Amino acid sequence: MPKQIPVPMPEHKPFWDALNEHKLVVQRCTNASCSEPGRLRYPPEPKCDACGSDQFDWKQVEGKGHILEYFVVHDSRIKRMQVDQPFNLALITLDEDPGLNFLSNLPGTAPGQVPVGGAVELFFEPIVPVDDLDPACNPNQLIHEWRVI
Amino acid sequence: MPLTRSNWQRNKDGLGVWEHRGKVAVAGWGQSPIDRRWDGVSLDKTMGAYTMIAIQNALKDAGLTLDDVDGLLTSPDTRVGQTWAPRPYFEAPYDSEDGITLCSGEWIQKQMGMKNVKYIESNSQAMAGLMGHAAQAVGEGEAEVLVVWYPMGNLEGRYEQGATNVNSGTYTRGNAAFNAAWGYQSGAQMNALMVFEQYCRKYGYPIDGGLAPFAVNQRRNGLMTPWGFYAQHEPYQITEEDYINSRYESEPLRILDCDRPVMGVAAFVYTTAARAKDMRQKPVYILNHATASDPARSTMATLEEHQESCRRLGARMYEGSGLSAADVDVFNPYDGYLTFTQQFFEGFNWHGVKEGEAMDFYKGDMRVEGPHPFLSSGGNNGTGRTRSAIMSDCIEQLRGQAGGMGDGVQHPGAPNPGPRQIQIRHETALMGALTPGGATFLMFSTDPMAS
Repeated sequence: MPKQIPVPMPEHKPFWDALNEHKLVVQRCTNASCSEPGRLRYPPEPKCDACGSDQFDWKQVEGKGHILEYFVVHDSRIKRMQVDQPFNLALITLDEDPGLNFLSNLPGTAPGQVPVGGAVELFFEPIVPVDDLDPACNPNQLIHEWRVI
Repeated sequence: MPLTRSNWQRNKDGLGVWEHRGKVAVAGWGQSPIDRRWDGVSLDKTMGAYTMIAIQNALKDAGLTLDDVDGLLTSPDTRVGQTWAPRPYFEAPYDSEDGITLCSGEWIQKQMGMKNVKYIESNSQAMAGLMGHAAQAVGEGEAEVLVVWYPMGNLEGRYEQGATNVNSGTYTRGNAAFNAAWGYQSGAQMNALMVFEQYCRKYGYPIDGGLAPFAVNQRRNGLMTPWGFYAQHEPYQITEEDYINSRYESEPLRILDCDRPVMGVAAFVYTTAARAKDMRQKPVYILNHATASDPARSTMATLEEHQESCRRLGARMYEGSGLSAADVDVFNPYDGYLTFTQQFFEGFNWHGVKEGEAMDFYKGDMRVEGPHPFLSSGGNNGTGRTRSAIMSDCIEQLRGQAGGMGDGVQHPGAPNPGPRQIQIRHETALMGALTPGGATFLMFSTDPMAS
């Protein structure tokens, strides 16, 4: 499925670069006085939502999760994805911290046949490149995806 | 400090009763025609032209003139100036779309020749933040006669597709890269749908089809709203079978769960309670405005996050207004997608509906002539995406005039009130938008001292 190609912002580049090394990383608050020390956040945000600190590092997480919910897109506004309609759009919770969730199209799972509550694992999907790729994009960029196990 | 985009909000717990409770009133309202789209040509149907019509109707309704107006307030966050429509519309000297696809306070002041305006803010929020801003502005004395208008545009082209719209591109940039790559487009649509499904699973409701009675009642109410899109342009009732047979947008979200984009403007006249009592219409007093803005922790908000935000919003509203859920007669929460309205419903406990019970409520009698008249204008779903119908209906219902044309005129032969006027007590009204996790609500009353 051709997804829109991410154009990383400078502050997000470590995240996208880590994917290219087959690693999923999320931000971790390093403020020692945070009310929830080590609180994780995804997608990246400038500040911790618990303490407001901008101190963080990138923590690699294990690519295990579960399907919280999903629906089937029949009429996407996104031109690049219309050729693959209908397709699943699922919400995946991270086992290490179920408060974090990720989107997935669950490649390999037929539209509408999604096992809600089921386990998934992370994999890394290549972008579908185009001619004249934006120079800010890595032609070998990987995207984090999930599949049912 | 002048009130600007968001420094007017009552968005914290424990703020107590609103300091301007009962001291601000809505004294008039007016509606423009509502079209499906602007044709890109007709200068008498632009956003500017329709704003002027709506303002003229609102002032007529209040019994005021242009010279009475000393404040202008509007928002650009209203789907105006849509990026997917063809450009440019006109050759030079048109170097701006202000007055064409947009309509600022500065443009209106100049075009309508308002000589006494001292407060203009054109960068306020969407419904209902705009209405909360207006209430606070009059309360703080920014203006004594404040005209606020809500423009909703719909231009040529497929919605959110084509031309320079981001959805038509190859790339996704910035923060959107963490959601658009998988097909995510709209929080109101997609996050709310995901939460709705979680809700149905948690409380044992069918995920698909359970909103049919709600959709049918919304259209029924909308057909009793003479100024609404459906009453004027497609005046026929839908059935539950029509709903079940309507196409999926994102299964289980059906096209009849979604409001219909339209082109129209509603205007409202806010003033002080002291001045309102001598105006043409019975004042509708404002008892409070309250906001809850609770961003999701992660990519998408969950059911628990939306429920907590709506609980918080309900508590702030009741504390600030001095009323309780049992005191609320008219209830008009936003319904741009039918999939999120139940969260507001339950957060405010209207008519005793508790968490997990809204879908059962939809199976019962929610007709305007019944004991639980819910969203009595038909809301967005029943009148088109005005976003203002939920507000206009509060004014009409509390005045006992529901069913008029919104032009400040009693039309010969037209019933007033019309059949949409609710039959239960109509002394208080609660309305708000936009979505759970980010919403402002206002409480209205016929009595500034209501308790």
